[in-house]
Amino acid sequence: MDTVSSPATTEAQQLVLWLGRVAQLRDRAAFGQLFGYFAPRLKGYLIRLGCDAGASEELVQDVMLTVWRRAESFDAAQAGVATWIYTIARNRRIDRLRSERHPAFDPSDPLLVPDEAENAEQGIETAEREHSLRSAIMRLPKEQARLLQMAFFEDQPHSGIAATTRLPLGTVKSRIRLALARLRRELGSDGSI
Amino acid sequence: MPMFHLSDDDLLEYAAGRFAEPFAVLIAAHLTLCPTCRRSVAEFEALGGLAIEAAPAVDMAAGSLDAVLARLDEPEPLELRRTIPPATGEFSRLPIPLRAFVGAAPRWKKVIRGLDEAEIGTGRGNVRARLMRIAPGCAMPRHTHGGREMLIVLDGGYSDEIGVYDVGDVAVADPDVVHRPVADAEEGCLCFAVTDARLKLTGPVGRVLNLFIRY
Repeated sequence: MDTVSSPATTEAQQLVLWLGRVAQLRDRAAFGQLFGYFAPRLKGYLIRLGCDAGASEELVQDVMLTVWRRAESFDAAQAGVATWIYTIARNRRIDRLRSERHPAFDPSDPLLVPDEAENAEQGIETAEREHSLRSAIMRLPKEQARLLQMAFFEDQPHSGIAATTRLPLGTVKSRIRLALARLRRELGSDGSI
Repeated sequence: MPMFHLSDDDLLEYAAGRFAEPFAVLIAAHLTLCPTCRRSVAEFEALGGLAIEAAPAVDMAAGSLDAVLARLDEPEPLELRRTIPPATGEFSRLPIPLRAFVGAAPRWKKVIRGLDEAEIGTGRGNVRARLMRIAPGCAMPRHTHGGREMLIVLDGGYSDEIGVYDVGDVAVADPDVVHRPVADAEEGCLCFAVTDARLKLTGPVGRVLNLFIRY
């Protein structure tokens, strides 16, 4: 693998380092760094999803507190720090909005069917993979990128996107599918984005 | 390894947290058994991670970090922890997210000959979740679905006009699907189904049963 790291991967590695210090050493300074990096972005993200400033502020504090409590469960081989924090923010938001849990599979489940491909690919850095994902999104045609953005970044269900764009629901679905297929193609033939 | 998977549409909605809990539980059960769909969800969640990193930074209120630092040593609220019943009996066939959702021992009721069902949870709105146990070789009445039905096979299997469904396989049916499932001749079938509307029986006997069975 290429040994030259791009700025984005260095930054991602820094985040992993901080989170590791929080998990292992209960390092408050490292937590402060993570807070400085993520809290304003999370707040901006939540406001974009339609949360008001007060509720966003409260939810971000809640998410960051969960980051502190769950730091040990972070596994750099499974996901980047931002991705892991995304899942926490999503779950806390569901809890707040609907008083429901977001059920996830449990890696220690005795029924878990292991991923053979994952073991073969373990040499590939998660940060590297997420970096490629980022550049692949930049290369998407504008309209596809826009639809993906609405689906993921603005929390619009497909029906909402159809209403906003005045496209038929079937068209929205098929174009999002196209965008995902294209991302997969751009990121190589191993089938993962 | 399952043969019948969830669509990217559904996995995306799951990753975005937009499914009602019973549907999300079913999907999490499938993810436990399906590395392929697990990988897709991980990718969609990575898109969520990017969304956060790409969001415009909005300043936190003054003193916000200090407020959080002051709370770091608070004990975690109990409701955030969950209790998972032990994997005994039928529970041994239930992936952990489903076991946690079912909670107490299911209360089985005989619906028709060869079919037992246990309603799970109180049901919010139109969403209904249930465990179903079909006796070996038993055929269900032909039916279609008023809304959306998602079903996952947990033990044994069944076959219908569309295919043979084994452990981990997911069937998603809407009003276009009319089928007559038959449980595996040896093992029968244990499955978990979630619907967001009533199911309609379509055969002549079924039409009469509609009046009596609340599917």
